[in-house]
Amino acid sequence: MKNNKKLTIAVTGLNAIDSPGPGVSVIRGLLEAKSFDCRIIGLAYESLEPGIYMHDLVDKTYHIPYPSAGTEALYNRLMYIHEKEKLDLVIPNFDAELYSFIKLAGKLKQSGIHSFLPTLEQFEARQKVNLPEFGKKFNIHVPQSKAVYSSAEIFSLEQEYGWPLVIKGKYYDASLVYNSDQAATAFNKISARWGLPIIVQQFIHGTEYNVTGLGDGNGNTIAAVPMRKQYITDKGKAWGGITITDQKALDLTAHFLKSTKWRGAFELELMKNKAGEYYLLEINPRIPAWIYLAVGVGQNIPEALTKLALDWPTEAFTSYEAGKMFIRYAWDMIVDLNEFQQISTHGEL
Amino acid sequence: MTAKARYERPLIKKLESNMPNKFGLRTEFEPLTHIDGVSVDSLIADYGSPVFVLSEQKIRSKFKAARQAFETRYPRVQFAWSYKTNYLSAVCNVFHQEGSWAEVVSGFEYDKAIRHGVDGSYIIFNGPDKTEEDLRKAITNNSLIHIDHLDELYMIQDIARETKQKPKVAIRVNMDTGIYPMWDRFGFNYENGQAWDALNKIMFSGLLELVGLHTHIGTFMLSPNAYAIAASKLANLAQRVQQKYSHEINYIDMGGGFSSRNTLKGAYLPGTDTNPSIDEFAEAITSALMNSEYRPKTPPLLILETGRALIDEAGYLLGSVIANKRLSDGRRATILDVGVNLLFTSFWYDHKITPAQEFTSYTEDTVIYGPLCMNIDVVRENVSLPLLNKGDKVVIHYVGAYNMTQWMQFITLRPNVVMVDLDGKPHLIRKNESIDSIENLEEIPTHLSHFEL
Amino acid sequence: MKIKNNIAVSDNGFIFNPASGESFTVNQVGLDILNLLRKGEKQETIIQQLSEKYQADKAVIERDLSDFQAMIKQYHLIQNEE
Repeated sequence: MKNNKKLTIAVTGLNAIDSPGPGVSVIRGLLEAKSFDCRIIGLAYESLEPGIYMHDLVDKTYHIPYPSAGTEALYNRLMYIHEKEKLDLVIPNFDAELYSFIKLAGKLKQSGIHSFLPTLEQFEARQKVNLPEFGKKFNIHVPQSKAVYSSAEIFSLEQEYGWPLVIKGKYYDASLVYNSDQAATAFNKISARWGLPIIVQQFIHGTEYNVTGLGDGNGNTIAAVPMRKQYITDKGKAWGGITITDQKALDLTAHFLKSTKWRGAFELELMKNKAGEYYLLEINPRIPAWIYLAVGVGQNIPEALTKLALDWPTEAFTSYEAGKMFIRYAWDMIVDLNEFQQISTHGEL
Repeated sequence: MTAKARYERPLIKKLESNMPNKFGLRTEFEPLTHIDGVSVDSLIADYGSPVFVLSEQKIRSKFKAARQAFETRYPRVQFAWSYKTNYLSAVCNVFHQEGSWAEVVSGFEYDKAIRHGVDGSYIIFNGPDKTEEDLRKAITNNSLIHIDHLDELYMIQDIARETKQKPKVAIRVNMDTGIYPMWDRFGFNYENGQAWDALNKIMFSGLLELVGLHTHIGTFMLSPNAYAIAASKLANLAQRVQQKYSHEINYIDMGGGFSSRNTLKGAYLPGTDTNPSIDEFAEAITSALMNSEYRPKTPPLLILETGRALIDEAGYLLGSVIANKRLSDGRRATILDVGVNLLFTSFWYDHKITPAQEFTSYTEDTVIYGPLCMNIDVVRENVSLPLLNKGDKVVIHYVGAYNMTQWMQFITLRPNVVMVDLDGKPHLIRKNESIDSIENLEEIPTHLSHFEL
Repeated sequence: MKIKNNIAVSDNGFIFNPASGESFTVNQVGLDILNLLRKGEKQETIIQQLSEKYQADKAVIERDLSDFQAMIKQYHLIQNEE
């Protein structure tokens, strides 16, 4: 049954490029929702984000300030947009902006803008630096890792972890290294760019799986769809993937949700080793770019997230179709210069 | 004649076809035209440019908020004003009026506290450099001496023996709190047993009165949890002293180091959003103390030597644009009359800079240089600012901590410092230097007093 | 100094160079200058007109104008690159 009210939903991450933001796929899910109709307000950082020009998906787009401008600037801009558009909900889709949106969630709700995001504690607990502790606390296998402050510390770990090692920046960047020379180079390169500490992680041999899902904040699984990447671009993004039935991955997801009481959407990056054990490599605290696959196999996560955000009764999905694939493709739009001019000079289109 | 429009220098900006880049520039064009009701223009007109301005109202409200954060969580709390952060007498006295003791780290600061009228028993004497003369004075005045190393301990014992006084002492403890870098150059180490050893020496000698335990784990700390670890380690030492000697210490001094709202260089999100609030530090420290095994009859007094977090935001540095120029690579550069000579902290913060007048929303990426003939005199490497003209005024924010103690007199003189009182009235609290203030200290040998060119 | 004929300048300060495909924005003073340059006005006339419209010394305007002209030259918006 459809709700009478037409919702106005703001969505970020309209950069449907070769390393895509999830926004456009989220919007497709929202527009296919069975329980409500909605109009979509795009929130963009740059004028060339393709979603801005997809007028059949996005009703209007506004520029918003970069997270580095601070929450106050973001709040003021959102209030300006709210005044014009009367937003019911905002769905942020970038890692880098989540901190600001989580911080503002309470204030936005007071103005009638709902969201459904992890708590700041959950957001922090899953940071790479905190992953070992996270694994210990919730009894989840994670690769061994340690935050180090000098390249000398790496060499004390090589015996424990064995080669190769994964050298990771605090927030971004990672490289796989096979000997101490490469490790030192990677340490210097990544630390020069992202600062200290550097995370040295044990490499797990095996097959990578991903699970996207939704937690209601009380420990219940509202949605969970596992996928195996079939083709990965040189940027490490899935260009094709297939849904699978994998009880172990689903059990792990349910355990993750139950023990952390995770609130909101997420993506788990899992590695299955030869012994069939799953290791949790990373937790992305947001909807992944391949979310439309989940919609396509029967779990409309953007729709369910909207309902949770608005406190509507939301039933958990219990099944999905396995063996369905997504194959991503690029699409050239023809855009008039006036439109580009409009968004560039006025910040609205 | 109709009024002419406000002029803004012409600007052309290429539209870069960027994809969302995670590291867009901060834009800080929201102007700040008044400080506590006093216009920036009138402050500069009356006191010159540059000029430091401190808000008494901000100092007091920040202090009250900090005290409340701790007092609502713990029964016995005492703040001690960290002189090194800002020892202008007017500033110290605001804190003393609010009930702060004095925390000093040198003979100079000690004498300053005494001159301000602080009773010796309310002075905490920290730091690695205390001369014998300093120590004798502090012992006679009943001050709280925080011992940094064994040589100091032995010197205090000698003085105690000689003068038959019983000095009140604490030891400074350094420790691993999981943060990097670990400050192990001050005090006695916890993990390797040095601290416990020093405590035993004090208790065995019977010459000194062990009144407290002190730590100061770092500076501009972003992790409240590190304080929780530090507090439990100090509580553990207190408990061992109690067990072994049936002696209760009077206080636990957690030092300072809380971050202010400034943004560290290299940080992605602004400090105003990410840096922990004083409540978070208070929560970490007080719960660690209360959850510890240490259960004396009276809970120890919790002393805090918070400096930066209480004064940084109350300080502004007002300056003016000297010139605009274009660098060889096409970048815009703006030269201010404020440089690293006055803004020492610009070496580690991206200080927030705002104009003091209204502008259009056009901005330009700009390097901000100071006035010194010195290549390292850079206030901001890259900031997006409105189109400032020569003579326009700017406000640099969050400069109350360390700048008025670490400033240097290099090729120019230090400017006026003004405090705006609770009624919005500005007071000169440190007069600008003149050439005489520098030259009066100099002496020219007779044979160098004349020359002909 | 004259602006290339094919450069499109819109009222809201959006500039498009069809030859290079580059686009730019200018503020109001910059837009005034471009329009005056397009009319083929001389340096002195531009300074005079701006000083009548805006609150600024001619010396300031002259300095900013030459900086602005250097920028549009660098962006290849000038006819037969003087």
